[in-house]
Amino acid sequence: MAEILVIAEQRDGAFRSASLEAIAAANSVKGEDDRLAVAIIGADPNAFVSDLSVEGVDEVIAIKAGSNDFQPDLVEAVVATLAEARKPALIAAAHGVDAWSYAPTVAAKLGFGFASDVQALRYEDGQLVATRAGYAEKVLVDLDFPGKEVVLVTIRTNVFDPAGGVGAPTVTAMDAPACEVSTTHVGWKEPEDAGGIDIPGSDFILSIGRGVGDESNVEQFLEMADQLGATLGCSRPIADNGWLPKARQVGQSGQLAANCRLYIAMGVSGSVQHQWGMKHVETIVAVNTDPEASIFSIARYGVVGDMFEIAEELENHF
Amino acid sequence: MKILVPVKQVSILDDEFEMRDDGHGVDEDFFEKDLNEFDHFAVEEALLIKEAAGEGAEVIVVTVGDGETDDALRTALAKGAERGIRVWDDSLADADSIAIAKVLAKVVEREAPDMVFTGAQSADFGHATTGMALAGLLGWPHAAVVSKLDFMPGAGTATLHRELEGGLEEIMTIQCPAVLSIQLGINQPRYASLRGIRQAKQKPVEELDLDDLGLGGSDVTSASRVRRMYAPEKGQAEIIEGSAAEQAARLAEIIKELRGI
Ligand SMILES: Cc1cc2nc3c(=O)[nH]c(=O)nc-3n(C[C@H](O)[C@H](O)[C@H](O)COP(=O)(O)OP(=O)(O)OC[C@H]3O[C@@H](n4cnc5c(N)ncnc54)[C@H](O)[C@@H]3O)c2cc1C
Repeated sequence: MAEILVIAEQRDGAFRSASLEAIAAANSVKGEDDRLAVAIIGADPNAFVSDLSVEGVDEVIAIKAGSNDFQPDLVEAVVATLAEARKPALIAAAHGVDAWSYAPTVAAKLGFGFASDVQALRYEDGQLVATRAGYAEKVLVDLDFPGKEVVLVTIRTNVFDPAGGVGAPTVTAMDAPACEVSTTHVGWKEPEDAGGIDIPGSDFILSIGRGVGDESNVEQFLEMADQLGATLGCSRPIADNGWLPKARQVGQSGQLAANCRLYIAMGVSGSVQHQWGMKHVETIVAVNTDPEASIFSIARYGVVGDMFEIAEELENHF
Repeated sequence: MKILVPVKQVSILDDEFEMRDDGHGVDEDFFEKDLNEFDHFAVEEALLIKEAAGEGAEVIVVTVGDGETDDALRTALAKGAERGIRVWDDSLADADSIAIAKVLAKVVEREAPDMVFTGAQSADFGHATTGMALAGLLGWPHAAVVSKLDFMPGAGTATLHRELEGGLEEIMTIQCPAVLSIQLGINQPRYASLRGIRQAKQKPVEELDLDDLGLGGSDVTSASRVRRMYAPEKGQAEIIEGSAAEQAARLAEIIKELRGI
């Protein structure tokens, strides 16, 4: 019998549903005799018990802290305490920005096996194997963890279907361990007003990436989007450069193309963070000069070619 | 005042590539090498703080890599970092991010900087691990994906923004010295001037091996091991062939069909 531990997350008191994907990943390797415990830290951790009462979860560890603030030192202390007490073989968390701040830290400190941004887990000959991508998503890598009693993995979002159903976990109440924290929450800064640009509401998005090359080339795609009846979206470097407003950025730190049915990506490589915002779209068309670009792996139609040539020709049809 | 910036030379795969026969990597012939995109922002942030601090302030760039990775250091030196450190030992060939962090921890102990900035992740593997693992080994305060920073050299704390999902940012203060992983867009990285590139050739790059850092091979163990590396199955994409005109015509059909025009 092995123990599996998932570290679930809340942000400012709101449950983070990516935690359910981490639970699903844990379930994917959970054997019949294994136990899955899910820990959550917050000012009122019991509030999350219902969110976490899903299939596969045997226990919710409700850890009471002084506030809902994310403090990496505190999460690390919790992981250390639970790892020591329960000797889990596997610890999983969602590969979100919070985990980025604590998971490698605690893994290095405690000598765990570690892999980040994992998209599949399994046992091969009794060995835990984690699959993640490499070289800008162009290859896959299977990792194992020889000699490691505890392995910590962070799970890529939008890969596992969130754990659902109804579970009946026991609830264990615990106070957060005493620890010194070196960060103090000051406040939040909401994203800027979208100024009428509606990526989430649009059903047809034409998106441009770094392949556009230069700021002076952007205007023609704004015009083309208009002509086609599409909303112009972009990848992050285009927004970071100030070539288009942030409200047009699709992806993890930008917008979710929630209602999109047709997404044409031109000169976008298909990074995992960009995919976060558009991978689900039913019809994705990729235009890219690089036949190995990872955007083709999620596209329904692919055009290996130059976005400027295609754009010029496309205009003749509208 | 000293800021240490660990940098990585990343490997960019060519449009076509082949796996190595041992199934553990890609044939070296198919790579282009470059300074990690995220590190440009980390270096810039350090340079901006140094320039504001004036006389006596220093930016040191460090990489763990073989002789070929000197280029990454020179790129950062050409932008204005004062000196470089390159650590290498053949036993590091299969080192993962956590093993690299163990090496970097020794460099940080030697240099005792006021701050350490890394890129938020590397553009090739996106582990997002080295910086925060380094913080764990040092026991230093840390924050990942920093998109704004207000740090006065000598101050006991810094104020920063952590960029979260959906464009939300958290404002927090952090005790210093700290390890921060720096996000794209925090600044506008400069290009090296021709003069900078010339000067970079004269700047000192200290070469160290594990011995110099008091590390034995068994001190730099990895947290994972590559079992195999392989090309993913091709997606379902239907590739539209033909001339640009033909491809565009088919694309127009798809658009019109879905738009019901
Ligand atoms: C925490 C975090 C959050 C992030 N959030 C986001 C986000 O919300 N959205 C986002 O997009 N990124 C985000 N990123 C950045 C992400 O990692 C990538 O850096 C980014 O998506 C790359 O953008 P790109 O595809 O336009 O550029 P690149 O990766 O540089 O790709 C450019 C592509 O254009 C192709 N190309 C070049 N010239 C042409 C041409 N003439 N015709 C056709 N194709 C051409 C190239 O082959 C290449 O595939 C985030 C990163 C982090 C760490």
